[in-house]
Amino acid sequence: MRYLLRRFGHAVFLLVGVSLLAFTFTTLAPGNYFDEMRLNPQIAPETIAALRTQYELDRPLPIRYAHWVSSVLHGDMGFSFAYNSPVLPLLWVRARNTLLLTITAMLLAWGIALPLGIWSAEHLGRLPDRLLSLGTAALMVIPDLALALGFLVIAVKSGRFPTGGMVSLHFESLAFPGKLGDLFLHMALPITALVLSVLPLLLRHVRAALAEVLDAPFLLAAEGHGISRRTLLYRYALPAAANPLISLFGFSIGTLLSGSLLVEVVMSWPGLGPFLLEAILARDLYVVIGGVLLSTLFLIGGNFLADLLLYWADPRIRTEASV
Amino acid sequence: MKVSDNDKDMQPLVRVENLMKSYANRKITGQCEEVRAVDGVSFTIFPGATLAVVGESGSGKSTLALCLACLEKPTSGNIQFEGADISKLAEKERRTIRRKIQLIFQDPASSFNPRWSVLEIVAEPLALQGSLSRDEIRLRALALLEQVGLSPEMERRLPAELSGGQRQRLAIARALALEPSVLILDEALSALDCSTQAQIANLLVDLQSARDMTYLFISHDLAMAAHLADEIAVMNHGRIVEQGPPDKILKQPQTEITRELLAAVPRMTFARPEAQ
Amino acid sequence: MGSILEVRDLRVAYGPRGRGAFRALDGVSFCLESEEVLGVLGESGSGKSTLATSILGLFRANTIVATGAVLFEGSDLLQAKPDELQRIRGKRISLIFQEPSMALHPTMRVGRQVQQVLAAHGMKGRSALNQKTREVLETVFMEETERIARSYPHQLSGGQRQRVLIAQAIACGPSLVIADEPTASLDPTTQMEILGVFRALRKRLGLGMIFITHNPALLAGMADRLLVLYAGRVAELGPAEEVLASPKHPYTRSLLESIPPLLDGPRDGNKKKLPSIPGDSRPSSLPGAGCPFEPRCPERMDICKTRDPQLVNVSQSHTVSCFRYENQ
Ligand SMILES: Nc1ncnc2c1ncn2[C@@H]1O[C@H](COP(=O)(O)OP(=O)(O)OP(=O)(O)O)[C@@H](O)[C@H]1O
Ligand SMILES: Nc1ncnc2c1ncn2[C@@H]1O[C@H](COP(=O)(O)OP(=O)(O)OP(=O)(O)O)[C@@H](O)[C@H]1O
Ligand code: SF4
Ligand SMILES: [Mg+2]
Ligand SMILES: [Mg+2]
Repeated sequence: MRYLLRRFGHAVFLLVGVSLLAFTFTTLAPGNYFDEMRLNPQIAPETIAALRTQYELDRPLPIRYAHWVSSVLHGDMGFSFAYNSPVLPLLWVRARNTLLLTITAMLLAWGIALPLGIWSAEHLGRLPDRLLSLGTAALMVIPDLALALGFLVIAVKSGRFPTGGMVSLHFESLAFPGKLGDLFLHMALPITALVLSVLPLLLRHVRAALAEVLDAPFLLAAEGHGISRRTLLYRYALPAAANPLISLFGFSIGTLLSGSLLVEVVMSWPGLGPFLLEAILARDLYVVIGGVLLSTLFLIGGNFLADLLLYWADPRIRTEASV
Repeated sequence: MKVSDNDKDMQPLVRVENLMKSYANRKITGQCEEVRAVDGVSFTIFPGATLAVVGESGSGKSTLALCLACLEKPTSGNIQFEGADISKLAEKERRTIRRKIQLIFQDPASSFNPRWSVLEIVAEPLALQGSLSRDEIRLRALALLEQVGLSPEMERRLPAELSGGQRQRLAIARALALEPSVLILDEALSALDCSTQAQIANLLVDLQSARDMTYLFISHDLAMAAHLADEIAVMNHGRIVEQGPPDKILKQPQTEITRELLAAVPRMTFARPEAQ
Repeated sequence: MGSILEVRDLRVAYGPRGRGAFRALDGVSFCLESEEVLGVLGESGSGKSTLATSILGLFRANTIVATGAVLFEGSDLLQAKPDELQRIRGKRISLIFQEPSMALHPTMRVGRQVQQVLAAHGMKGRSALNQKTREVLETVFMEETERIARSYPHQLSGGQRQRVLIAQAIACGPSLVIADEPTASLDPTTQMEILGVFRALRKRLGLGMIFITHNPALLAGMADRLLVLYAGRVAELGPAEEVLASPKHPYTRSLLESIPPLLDGPRDGNKKKLPSIPGDSRPSSLPGAGCPFEPRCPERMDICKTRDPQLVNVSQSHTVSCFRYENQ
């Protein structure tokens, strides 16, 4: 239990740190939302000044941070200047879309990487394994952005895939299966780009971790008891290789999330990515901070999940912690 | 209850008092079940002496060894080494003690880094010391391997490429590398044939007389324990039930447990072969 | 009684990284009658564990050659298909590995590891499996069976782990158990109990065994015949009593002489040297280079260096590989 508590403490510490950094950087950056407003001759300077005071932009940084923290603790993430509405609901809609993309991509990537990696480790050094290694090596050197752009080009050329957005214009008129299909069609390209961006990394690690375990004497012993190949691979070897893979799982959440923000921008998926970019360009202070904070929260959540998994998977950590 | 050469006024090197160690096994239902592995053990060992610990499987011998080697924290009781209590030290201080009290694990196979070669495994503790040059380390390591009967050809093998007994001898060589003042041998000879056992036992005796080393010899082999030890302690269910000089334990056992152990020792039912 | 296992000219070599092949087994042949217990003695590194695993066709990744034949009920296990082998391993022939800490899965409860063996050989139904697992564990653990079944390997003592291996091996009622030092980490009392379990199985199921050990005294009451390995070759093979009482091969003789007579003999208090065989076994890398024991043999002759000694019969069922007996 102490182990988990410690991890939780880390998480809180990280959240505070990130929010502080985000706050400092965004406020220290030159210019703010009202500077742009000032260029608009239709708005009276008095209005702007009033707004500035209302949003406390004149107060010193530590006080603003303190106010912001206390309002966050009350469930209020601040106010979007550009949308003229509270940040939280705005963020939430976007975050949901981002999560949809990331989680699906994650499941898919691991769903492919595990069996393929295990299979590859089992045939270590043979031709199919070597071809696979070559393929992953090639995929690794292509940057995510290039991958996403490439898929965009494919989408435009083939005309079969929608090139942006999450649903078609006539989405509301569709029946449920149609809706699902439409959503699926829109998701296909961004997801593929995402999966391909992490798959090589996952494959390599799964393969390496399994290859090491497959030579372990306890597997030879289990084989000597007539345990079937399938059980041997999935029930014996995989759990034994789980520790590094679970850490990798935590890491892959981060990569996928950052990859997802990028892919969203390129494929105009209505997630956090384009939203944040817009907010940064418009200097929409609280949206930026909120977005950064939310992404960090997802990351931490993912890693916490990984820690929980590790705790569950390795009895040695459990007993160490209970002493 | 003490193990000494004969000096009455000598300070004991190790003094264990009322040592207890229990493990909490958490059940699925959430409740805790306590396993008391060591349950109030006291003894002293004088420098240059050997205490043998024998006893039934699961009686707490290895747990005792782990506590003594600062690898487990005792639940209660204290362990004095060179006059200072080492049972409640912080991790950093424990590390320096571990150098002086070396433990040869029972079943040491899983205590090696599987990617290191035989030579690297023995050289690592020497290199950590930091006072030797590369060549000196290599020579020392090879000499240690030679002492335990591992041929120099094996220096580049991985631990997985050795036989069980060779791995055990590798563990012995690694523990000897740091020239500890106390060496705890947890079933260190059990995977060796008679001849190799004799060779290592002779080495241990030599080292003891040359360097005044102190041994805690945990074994199921009563004959070997009797040969090496100044005193034998018999453990049962986490306690020492009987302790005394080997002759007394072997010839006049006081407890039923010791008598059972002795009676169960397999003996050659045939006449021993006469040397020609 | 017919023979259930025949090992013919088994040769196994390991390919160490960057060096020449290391011949761990160099032409081993023997036969095992059903219900027979064959004791195997030999120095550390003589190839006993290699023999044990090779019989079941289990090879480490760096094994480079394995030739010869292992005939079990007439079919060669070295040529058998994977699924055929899978049906035999654990069910008909099972193996008790030498080092318990390496032969158990580190993150699986030991009860489940025993259960997996039962499940692998067709036992179905949760309650039946649980029931049988408990029964098997109870044959090797006199107390605390429940706790031990729920423990992970690192929570058990050395002897408890070893008994889990034994439980796995006898779970499916095999007709042959290859036991590699099955009692090395057991105290005499528990050791006797475990030997009792083996004896009972032998009586009840006609269990045959290949019993590898360092303790010749264990074999005295247990084995029918005895195989002495030296540097991957058979040095001597004969009835247990005969070999133990009057060993023929110089190596067997030296080995048995190095047993300390400590327990019952007189003790004079001081730690005197124990007898051991001087020199170490470094098998020659070339076949035909003479008797492998020659460098250490107290009875060596000129001929010993010139060619390999052959196995010769000194009595009807007792063979020795030594020039001393070749012309008799
Ligand atoms: N980490 C642990 N968690 C829970 N129980 C443990 C743990 N380690 C040991 N035990 C239990 O404590 C008891 C004593 O174990 P220990 O290893 O000290 O026995 P031992 O005397 O060395 O036995 P053996 O001769 O079989 O090696 C055993 O019953 C064991 O199951
Ligand atoms: N994977 C391997 N690679 C290279 N050499 C090996 C490998 N496994 C074993 N050997 C060598 O083969 C020889 C025989 O090993 P084996 O494990 O069969 O010995 P053993 O008779 O069981 O010895 P012990 O009594 O010490 O267990 C040893 O000299 C060992 O060093
Ligand atoms: S053949 Fe020669 S060297 Fe070999 S054991 Fe016999 S006498 Fe000794
Ligand atoms: Mg122990
Ligand atoms: Mg062996």
